[in-house]
Amino acid sequence: MRWLDIFVMAFQAIVRNKLRSFLTTLGIIIGVGSVVAMVHLGQSATRSVTDEIASIGSNLLFVMPGTAQRGPGGVRTSAEPFDLEDVEAIAQEVPEVLVAPAITVNPTVVIGNANETIPVVGTDNNYFVVRNHGIAYGRAFDPDELNAGSAVCIIGTTLIDEMYLGQEPLGTTLRVGRTACRVIAVLEEKGQSMGQDRDKTILMPVKAVQRRLLGSLDVQTIFVSALIDGSTGRVQKDIESLLRQRRHITSPEDDDFYVRDTQDIANALASTTNTMTILLGAIAAVSLLVGGIGIMNIMLVSVTERTREIGIRLAIGARTRDVLTQFLVESIALSTLGGIIGLLLGIGGTWLVTSRLDMPFLLAPGVMLLGFFFSVAIGVIFGFFPARKAARLNPIDALRHE
Amino acid sequence: MSNSARFGNHDPDARDLPPAVIRMRNIFKIYGSGSAEVRALDGVDLTIREGEFVAIMGPSGSGKSTCMNMIGCLDVPSAGEYLFRGVNVGGLDRDELALLRRHFMGFIFQSFNLLPRVTALANVELPLIYDGVRRSERKARAREALRIVGLSGREPATPNQLSGGQQQRVAIARALVTEPPVLLADEPTGNLDTGMADSIMVQLAQIRAERGITIVMVTHEPDIARYADRVLYFVDGKLVKDGTPDEVLS
Repeated sequence: MRWLDIFVMAFQAIVRNKLRSFLTTLGIIIGVGSVVAMVHLGQSATRSVTDEIASIGSNLLFVMPGTAQRGPGGVRTSAEPFDLEDVEAIAQEVPEVLVAPAITVNPTVVIGNANETIPVVGTDNNYFVVRNHGIAYGRAFDPDELNAGSAVCIIGTTLIDEMYLGQEPLGTTLRVGRTACRVIAVLEEKGQSMGQDRDKTILMPVKAVQRRLLGSLDVQTIFVSALIDGSTGRVQKDIESLLRQRRHITSPEDDDFYVRDTQDIANALASTTNTMTILLGAIAAVSLLVGGIGIMNIMLVSVTERTREIGIRLAIGARTRDVLTQFLVESIALSTLGGIIGLLLGIGGTWLVTSRLDMPFLLAPGVMLLGFFFSVAIGVIFGFFPARKAARLNPIDALRHE
Repeated sequence: MSNSARFGNHDPDARDLPPAVIRMRNIFKIYGSGSAEVRALDGVDLTIREGEFVAIMGPSGSGKSTCMNMIGCLDVPSAGEYLFRGVNVGGLDRDELALLRRHFMGFIFQSFNLLPRVTALANVELPLIYDGVRRSERKARAREALRIVGLSGREPATPNQLSGGQQQRVAIARALVTEPPVLLADEPTGNLDTGMADSIMVQLAQIRAERGITIVMVTHEPDIARYADRVLYFVDGKLVKDGTPDEVLS
């Protein structure tokens, strides 16, 4: 028997029963489609997370008071806050770094008739570099303003859209809490990041926030940017030993502060999305298995239904292997067809979702190939049993079958 | 080993008579066991020689169909020896039997047994597909076989578009397309009216006259059996009469 004839025969059998063939392959279509979509979406999610981390600032370290691990009951043990001297010390003592303090408060901001609660960050000019968030137009804080804690502010673009309603903000005065504050610059647009609108923010000199809004000299967070790529590990150690010295801590276990590398956070998030991808992929794989069982079921029904046909074929000289190949090729053709359709749907679905959610659309040839070969394998595995059943039929029993 | 060597002709009795194609010795087919035992064939001895047209007759349950299935290698005997062209069929495995059927036997059934929803041409092509014949040659041979049975122009018709007589002609074309030396017909006219039955029988007689092939036919109608030149009459699994139609049917 020629292979071409075998394929033609299988194709004819599939076409003869269009609806049934479609329903049979539906399981494989859904299975392969969901596996491909899940893995691709997972990949896109991981990529968009790492991209966002990079946009926060590369080689960035967060230094915060308190302990990284939460205490019993989830209560974070209290610790002495930092002050500007700590910031200064890190800038002086740790080589090749740029340091920016950050104090975040959430006062009510009033612009004209509009008022809204907006995060206000007290910082200095290093912030623009360290947090990778530059000025679009206007000017940075001048040294006098920083020293005096003048009431000047730099605003994010969301405020222009929502509160200035598109009017020119430079030189205008807005009210932050009870302080009237002059707008000197507008930040670059950054968009959404980790579910937060990074453009909905106001920057003020650190001393202005301390005196006018917070009423204390505390610094909540110190951002440190390592100026040399890949040196965050060294910088982290330097900061830790410096702060231990300043806070009179002898053992690392007693640290009442912690230093976080954004790379670690990125890795942690990436590994979380990876786990999710694997989990969802595994669930999708189960549906693929169910699809395979569906194929087996239909092939078994088909063998029973076509017993007489098999008898005719055996009578006119088909060998065991001829019948076996015929049914096996039929099931492989069905599952492969389903696999290809599923692949296309999966990729199409991924494209749709990523374009809606503004995520990068990445194709993974490995996953596509795997999905394809998996569907072929399902045809082989779940087609074999029914095919063998057909091939082993006794010619005379098969012929007499009604 | 080539098939012709394998299924070659080594008949010790062949002197003046044509060589034996089918030779059965003491064939039994037993279903069930103990008190439920049924002897479908109960010690059958028979010889059919090349070129003969043999009708197998008998009341229903006499074992005539079982005998036919044995001859066609569709069923295996419980005991006894069956030589097809001198080869002991009992020593062949499933696939060797399939090859034997493919190359040496053509089958015609009472219920036609065409593949449904497949064209007449494709039905006739089927044995050639299993033989690995190229598409173009296959189509040509299938067309020729359909022409011989008078169905030129009906190639694209599916069985449900054909009359019973036409379907049986397609089945004859399918049986003959591999040019087998033996044609086995199980009640070929059983589902046809008298006029149609006669024309099918004329067709078979004509094919036999032209090709000199051996035909073995099961029938329960004496009129049909008269087309044969020898009648085997079975009762209760035993061959009880063997002679010309006139001798046996009188």
